[in-house]
Formats: sequence, C-alpha cells, structure tokens
Amino acid sequence: MLTNFASLEVGQHLYWQIGNIRLHGQVFLTSWILLGALLVFISLGTKKMENDPKGLQNLLEFLWDYIRDLARTQIGEKVYRDWMPFIGTLFLFVFVSNWGGALIPWRLIKLPSGELGAPTADINTTIALALLVSLSYFYAGLSNKGWRYFEYYVHPTPIMLPFKILEDFTKPLSLSFRLFGNILADELVVGVLVFLVPLILPIPVMFLGLFTSAIQALIFATLAAYYIGEAVEEHH
Amino acid sequence: MLAFNFFGATEGGLFDINATLPLMAIQVVALTYILNSLFFKPVGNVVEKREKFVSNNIIEAKNKLSEVKKLEADLLTQLQSARTEAQRIVSEAENESDKLYKEALELANNEANASKEKARLEIESQTSAARDQLSKQADDLSELIVNRLILEK
Repeated sequence: MLTNFASLEVGQHLYWQIGNIRLHGQVFLTSWILLGALLVFISLGTKKMENDPKGLQNLLEFLWDYIRDLARTQIGEKVYRDWMPFIGTLFLFVFVSNWGGALIPWRLIKLPSGELGAPTADINTTIALALLVSLSYFYAGLSNKGWRYFEYYVHPTPIMLPFKILEDFTKPLSLSFRLFGNILADELVVGVLVFLVPLILPIPVMFLGLFTSAIQALIFATLAAYYIGEAVEEHH
Repeated sequence: MLAFNFFGATEGGLFDINATLPLMAIQVVALTYILNSLFFKPVGNVVEKREKFVSNNIIEAKNKLSEVKKLEADLLTQLQSARTEAQRIVSEAENESDKLYKEALELANNEANASKEKARLEIESQTSAARDQLSKQADDLSELIVNRLILEK
C-alpha cells in the first residue's frame, strides 16, 4: 500500500475527450476545486463589508493592499488601476494553485490515469498564463500610447531592435518555464523523497516547497506587472 | 513504482500541449472578471473610502490646528496690548498724582511764605511805630527837661 501511495507518475494525464479536442482533466479538476475554495473564501470575507474591518475582511484588505502596492510600484501611478485586477488574479491563481498542490494530499485520490496536483505543474497552464501576460502588455502599450508603443523597440538606440523583438518571445517562454519547472521540480523532489524515505525526511523539503511556491507566485505577478509597466512607460 | 515517462510516449508526456491551454486561458480571463467584481472592486471601494475619510480627517485636524495657532497668536497680541495699555494708565496716574502733590506742595509753600511775609511786615510796621512813639516821647521828655531847667534858672 505504501509503495503504491508513494509511486510517481510523470507526464501522465487524465484525458478528457470532447469531440475532437483532448483536455488534461486532472488540471481542470484541481483548478476548479482550488478556485472554488478561493471564491468561497473571498465571498465569505466580502459578505459584510464594514468600515471597521474584522476577521476575514481584514485579511482580504491586507491582500488587496499588497496587490495594489505590487501593481503600483511596477506599473506606475497612472494606469495601475486598470491592471490591478489582472495582476491580482495572476497572483492569486498561481499562489492558490501552488500552495493547493503542495498542501493538499491529492495522491490519496486515485484517478484512472495520471494524478491530481498543482495546476501550475502542467505546461498548458503556465503557457496560458504567460501568453495572457504577453497579450496584456501589448494591449496595455497600444491602448495607452497607440503606435508610439513601437518607439519602445528602438528606445535607447535602434541597435536594440533585434533584442527587443527577441524579448517578446523570451518573456513568455521564461515566465511559463520558470513557473512550470519550479512547481514540477518541487512535486518531483517531494515525490521521490516520499518514495525513498516516507518519514520525516520529506518534511523540510515540503516546507521549502511552500516557500518556493509563494515566491514563484510573487515573481510571476511582479514580472507580469513589470512587463505591463515597461509597455506603458513614457520615454522622454 | 517509479514511472518516468518524459518524452517517449506517443500520447502524454510533460510537454503535451493541447486544448487545455486555450481553455485554461479562458478560465483565467473569466476568473479575472469574477474576482474583479467579487474582490477587487468591493474591497477597493471600502479601503479607498476609508483612506479618503482618514486623509480628510487629517486635513481637517490640520486646519483646526492652524486656526487654533492663529487664535493663540491673536490672543497673545491682545494680551500684549492690554499689558502696555495698563502700564500706560498706571504711569499716567502716577504722573498725575505726582503733579497734584507738587501743586499742593507749592500752594502750601506759597501760602506759608505769604503769611510769613505779612507777619514780618506787620512786625516791622509795629516796630517802626513803636520806635516813632518812643522817639516822640523821648523828644517830649527832653523838651520837658529842658523847659524845667530853663525855668529854674
């Protein structure tokens, strides 16, 4: 039973077939459970808003303030308001996915194929997030500065043009692979350690995993905000 | 057991990209709208309302403080002027009383001098009168003596 409990499955998925398209079911299952929990938590906290915050409302206000500071420092005073919900959603989604993947013993639930885990340990999720970030910074730049957005590509000197174009590809690539790699590696390390030494030894690594998970969420949101801020920044 | 299946399988693998990607993107966009209306807007309204309330109160308190300081300065100048006024009144009264005292003194002196002078004049006149009378009497007496001496002879 123990070996079964500690077994590792990498790169196996629970496939859902809808017509011609195939989905990774385990990603959606965990994301729905975690996002449902997040939405319940938020609805409870914002149910009875008071001017004098108590309990959950206090926590949510702290979170809101944290996200606002993040968005404001990276994007700037002028347009941070428009992008705060997006940055905040990225942060909350990545954070809830990472921590949910690390904290909840998903392995106890048996699937016909693959296993439940952090939605961010699937490359599809991280690429989806990274592409959304790319679209957002293009949209932010074009909607704020119009065609002048492309001045950014030749900003200090036109020599920068190829590098800046390359950056448009490396940004989503690094965003998606950083998150994917970190979370998957954490799951693998914990999985391998649990498989080898099922007692005590994996615990410090699990704590390290929680730390990495939180840091990755912060990095993802901060970089997304930074890219948007870079796109809307006025050059003088 | 350990089943590492990175790239080999025709189906699956770590880098198996399929329709999960766009669906997840749609899900995240939907989540953004849901969280915006459920979390960011309401919490933002409450927090910003409170921040406005606090900053308004601070501004009001600052205004009140400056008003108090102005009033304090006003009162201080009023106090100062009242003090100098009082000093002026006191010194004026002192001068007046001094003047009155001096006048009274002078008047009394003059009166005393006048009565002294009068007395002196009276004494002088009486003295001269007495002296005149005395010399007349002496004349009379000497005449009498002379007459008697002449008659006896």
